[in-house]
Amino acid sequence: MRRAALVALGAVVAAGCGAGDDPSVTVAAASSLTGPLTQCARGIDGLDVRLEFGGSDDLAAQVRQGVAIDVFASADTRLPGALAAQGRAQAPVAFAANEVVLAVPRDSDIRALDDLASARDARLVVGSPDVPVGRYARAVLDRLPARERAAIEARVRSEEPDVNGIVGKLAAGAADAGFVYRTDVLAAGPALRAVGLPARLRPTVVYGLSIVREGDRADRVVQDVLRGGCAEALRAAGFGPAPG
Amino acid sequence: MRVRLFPLALAAAAGLTVAFLTLPVVALFTHGSPGRLLDALAEPSSRQALWLSLETSGIAIAIVVLVGTPAAWVLATVPFPGRGLVVTLVELPLVLPPAVAGLALLVAFGPEGMVGEPLGDAGVVLPFHTAAVVVALVFVSAPFHIRQAQAAFAALDPSLLEASRTLGASPARTFLRVAVPSVAGALVTGAALALARALGEFGATLMFAGSLEGVTRTASLAVYDRFGVDLDGALALSAVLVGLAAILLVAVKLAGERVAAR
Repeated sequence: MRRAALVALGAVVAAGCGAGDDPSVTVAAASSLTGPLTQCARGIDGLDVRLEFGGSDDLAAQVRQGVAIDVFASADTRLPGALAAQGRAQAPVAFAANEVVLAVPRDSDIRALDDLASARDARLVVGSPDVPVGRYARAVLDRLPARERAAIEARVRSEEPDVNGIVGKLAAGAADAGFVYRTDVLAAGPALRAVGLPARLRPTVVYGLSIVREGDRADRVVQDVLRGGCAEALRAAGFGPAPG
Repeated sequence: MRVRLFPLALAAAAGLTVAFLTLPVVALFTHGSPGRLLDALAEPSSRQALWLSLETSGIAIAIVVLVGTPAAWVLATVPFPGRGLVVTLVELPLVLPPAVAGLALLVAFGPEGMVGEPLGDAGVVLPFHTAAVVVALVFVSAPFHIRQAQAAFAALDPSLLEASRTLGASPARTFLRVAVPSVAGALVTGAALALARALGEFGATLMFAGSLEGVTRTASLAVYDRFGVDLDGALALSAVLVGLAAILLVAVKLAGERVAAR
């Protein structure tokens, strides 16, 4: 009895340490990748892909704290690039492109960014300045004339840790508009509508993928995201191909 | 063999428990250098977050004590059909996952919620306002106080209340001058536990109130916000929250001892 318990305890400890040759690989990915990656991860042959989603900045911080992550898929190339510069990850590979839009409820009166500046009571939700979706939103505002920018900044009611928080506040009717990615609006279904931004305001949104812990399994995930089932799932979800 | 193994196993269990539960908290203080922690605390945004936490938690606990104490008195002393069910419903937020609590508040008090919609027509829109933080804190922390107060009121000697009434005291006077002072220790314990829960609130606040510096970003939200870019800042705020929680825990213990000494 006692021995059985000890063996069981040993098994639990071994499993918890990820020892042995289990086929699992941990992928930390930006919240905006939740839909397509959840869908395609099961299709990577023989790999048990464990997905962790969150704000890219928080995931990068986990990598810096040594959390066991094999592959890091960020909503920008800057965060994985910084990890690579610190020797914590390999240099990032661009794997997808996206577009910043203004998401509004379907029946909203807001048809253009200008409407947001003039809608005095509009409640705007953005990402926090540290998370890519929030940084892109600020890049959009930075390109506006000072007065319009100030008007829109005055509408900001919350700075969310990731896109989920923004989309959720919109879906629940708490917010009237939010800067998110076009793919988020597509994934949210008919409840939300995307208001496109003029090309001169749009920041380049390129997603970067870095291997954090080298290995065959990490390589296979990267290959699949670049040209396998995950690449297809990303296109189907509305992500563009990486530039270049 | 068995006899000597048991104390050994006990010691191991006790040692593991203490080490596991204390080491993470110790690490909060030792991971960064003390100087950098103090620098991080000197930042206006850190102090703003802490102040907002104290302010919203203080208001929330005042509401919880002022409204929750008489409510607990009713639940403890007035028999009515379905009382067990009501007590369970009142305690439910205690065991709700914070994200669930936040979602529940959003669909009830949000602009499209069943209470939020009429409120909105009256010009009151809660989400993204400091008031929404207070609402979230009251929701998650009130059951801690009400439970303690209710149990203490229920355990009061009925002859004490009887005597007060036969001596001509009104029900209000009996409640305020006899019942409440007799359970003061339990009320302090309940309020301190509720305050500790309120200070640590995260999920319900983020989902219902949002996160904006100086408006809704309390200290625990600021810890999460900092984590991605400023680990020292996150650690410094965490250290302060640990300190506050420790003070409250000591208050609870002292209040408990006072009750026991009676």
